[in-house]
Amino acid sequence: MGKLYDKLMEDYRFKEGLNACINCGTCTAICPAAEFYKYDPRSITDIVQSKDDDEIEALLKSETIWYCGQCMSCVTRCPRKNAPGFIIQALRNLSQELGYFIEAEKGRQQYAINKAICGNILNYGYCIYPRTFSHKNHPESGPVHKWIEENLEAVHKRLGSNLDGEGPGVLRQIPQSDLDELKRIFDITGATKRLELIEELSLKKAKELNMTEEEYINYTYTAVEKDHLNQ
Amino acid sequence: MIVNGKQKIWSDYQKEIPDNHYFYVRSCIRQNFFPASEKTFLDIVRNKLGLDFFETEHHTTCGGIAYHSDSIPQETLMTIVARQFALMTESGYENYVASCITSFGIYTEVLDTWHHFPELEAKIRQMLWDSCKREFKKPTHLAHASDVIYKLRGAINQNAKHRLINRYTGKPLKVVEHIGCHYSKMFPSKGVGGAEYPYVLVGMVESWGGEIVDYPERRHCCGFGFRQYLVQANRGYSISNTHKKFESMSPFEPDMIITNCPGCPYFLDRWQYVISEMEGKTYGQNGQGIPVLTYEEVAGLVLGYNPWDLGLQIHQTNVEPLLDKIGIEYKKEDKYKL
Repeated sequence: MGKLYDKLMEDYRFKEGLNACINCGTCTAICPAAEFYKYDPRSITDIVQSKDDDEIEALLKSETIWYCGQCMSCVTRCPRKNAPGFIIQALRNLSQELGYFIEAEKGRQQYAINKAICGNILNYGYCIYPRTFSHKNHPESGPVHKWIEENLEAVHKRLGSNLDGEGPGVLRQIPQSDLDELKRIFDITGATKRLELIEELSLKKAKELNMTEEEYINYTYTAVEKDHLNQ
Repeated sequence: MIVNGKQKIWSDYQKEIPDNHYFYVRSCIRQNFFPASEKTFLDIVRNKLGLDFFETEHHTTCGGIAYHSDSIPQETLMTIVARQFALMTESGYENYVASCITSFGIYTEVLDTWHHFPELEAKIRQMLWDSCKREFKKPTHLAHASDVIYKLRGAINQNAKHRLINRYTGKPLKVVEHIGCHYSKMFPSKGVGGAEYPYVLVGMVESWGGEIVDYPERRHCCGFGFRQYLVQANRGYSISNTHKKFESMSPFEPDMIITNCPGCPYFLDRWQYVISEMEGKTYGQNGQGIPVLTYEEVAGLVLGYNPWDLGLQIHQTNVEPLLDKIGIEYKKEDKYKL
């Protein structure tokens, strides 16, 4: 009893996020995710404060911890200064550390997210980078984005960007020496190790499903096989 | 007594915004989707108002999108932030201004966590030294770029070429303001007006002649949701939240939406297009959509910038109905000229 709770307490977001929850449900009432998904931050907060290892382990393997959109509306509203949004961050972190994320459809999306976002950070120094944000993967970006994509250099030149250029400015090329510093930060602070763990477990899962890496990424990026919706 | 109490509460949510001398850091999303907004911001503060805003090409993403989509540990995020602070320190600045609400929330969170857990700050300082051989001082003031425009709203108004007035009716334009969750929902005392009555955009709109629309879902999230948008399978979450906001604001017939966060205008703009494609429903008067602008774009229009220099042609929802109402002249044939 309490071992997983103790692991959670190693996370500063958990220390900051959990005081005494009075189960009032205000967080659930205000939560955009609770309206859309089968998601209830009140019960998640109640489970973690119970310190029940079995229940926390079930949570770490569940779909529900991946439903939060991190808007943090719950933080403003909690009358006891809890922060369910911070608790969710700690749960997702521990779920990855223990390899439990692979049990959940929404957890398995992590590999695709890591490849896209951390790839952009380490290769270009940006979370989002225009040459990797495609209209094909983002049809909702509209016809105007298709036009931008087809005329990327000219559009950015027209608007005064410094796309891939030297010196400061919008979407400048971030010098390699700075990207090298980001890589060393990833190495020293545990991000590289974390990314490798997610990759290892994801590729193992892909093999189980008889998929190539590319097929697995496409599958986890698009598949909705479980009933996640609150309706 | 009650009035005094309210004044006391309000005073808790006023923030000190320095007049000048800032270290400026860019936004990943704003650079991608509203690049001219950052250019306009720097042009206003530097060239129109003669202020000192320094930028170095060596700064990077803060890592905020990776952090909130669970890709990097907290220590990684904090060390990237520490590196940004080191660049500020090395450049001789103490006031830090971010162009992104996610970043602003990240910086606020990091400083707050270090305040409560000094041993973590010490650990991050060591990690920064080990990885980058850099040291830093924490900023004396942390601002979002909209705080600066809010502070300068009067000066902008004095130089206004246009006001947010409907030229056909002579009445103020009805403006929806969308503040962006991470501006003050986590740390209300760090945003102008706090989380209940954020005033940063309201102050601009009122100063420039517009009228704010109060509607039920005014404080609801735009629907970004980080991994809920990044992954295609989750995007129903994102559009559902935007849909909820538009259904709520629509009866009030807003003329435009002004936004604080770089992501929100993208979602509020693009999901209008998708709702139109999916359901055949268009919002706004005459079904032309509700134009969604960044605060830099609105400031630029007020100051008389050419709409196509502001990048309004790379919005999906057409802005021409708004330009016509304000009485801004533009050349249709120049809109997509490259």
